[in-house]
Amino acid sequence: MALQDKYKELIDTATAAGVANLQVREQDGVLYIDGEAPSGAVKDNLWNTYDKIDPNFLSGDVVMNINVSTAVPGAKVKVVTEKTNLNIRKGPGTDQPIVGKAAHNEIITLVSKSSDQWWLVRTDDGKEGYSYAQYLAPVE
Amino acid sequence: MKRTFHQLLQVFLLVALVSVTAVSCKPKIKDSDIEAKIQANTALSDIATSVKDGVVTLSGEVKDEAAKSMAETVVKGIEGVKQVINNCTIAPPPPPPAPVEIAADDPLTKGIADALKDYPTVKATAADGVITVTGETTKANWKKIKIALDALHPKKVTATDLKIK
Repeated sequence: MALQDKYKELIDTATAAGVANLQVREQDGVLYIDGEAPSGAVKDNLWNTYDKIDPNFLSGDVVMNINVSTAVPGAKVKVVTEKTNLNIRKGPGTDQPIVGKAAHNEIITLVSKSSDQWWLVRTDDGKEGYSYAQYLAPVE
Repeated sequence: MKRTFHQLLQVFLLVALVSVTAVSCKPKIKDSDIEAKIQANTALSDIATSVKDGVVTLSGEVKDEAAKSMAETVVKGIEGVKQVINNCTIAPPPPPPAPVEIAADDPLTKGIADALKDYPTVKATAADGVITVTGETTKANWKKIKIALDALHPKKVTATDLKIK
């Protein structure tokens, strides 16, 4: 329970922000926080709160996995790379051949989720393949 | 002697009469009155009760032993209750949460390769579910990496040897 006290503000923030299916479990000295945030902003806020309690996440006592619930099949997603194009690959993995690219800030369609990491996407000009989910943000 | 006997008899009859009158005069509390009092008590709202001739039977599920005896004490305190039969049962404890699923090292290693593709100065390995991160990067990039690594379902992410610029 000690970890739940240390990260109380983080858990309270998640609850107050309406994170769905919120699970907070402590196991072998690590606090696992899972759930679905109603928006990307809520997810960002949770990571900022975590960073505030444990600067640079260096304690290694939390594993937080928050998805954004608006990222559903059919939703429009924006390419949020640093500044480069986003690779669209034949299969889910960086070892897969590149079949196309989506431009930085381009709005594309989320077709389905192969995993939390790899989403099947389609560009407006019809290129379809898998992209790394971290570079895709639901258009809100 | 005979007179004394008469006197004694009179006293005895008087005592008997008074005691009988006293008992019959004591207001009898109806079962319905007891029931009304139980129903008015919010502390007993989760408990089913039945009353017969001043004997109250409690049933239903309560959360613990303390709640069970508390209900009994409260009912015993109600005027007219002669006896309490406490048939309340204790609710089973809630099932423990499902254990956290930790990914195997192979999918973790593949996930790490994907997550770190754009961060060549950062290295990470997986052993027994623990991801150990080394190398150097900026604070902003480390945050993105940590978000990506946590989503792989590791046991933990250790980055004490990572240099954050």
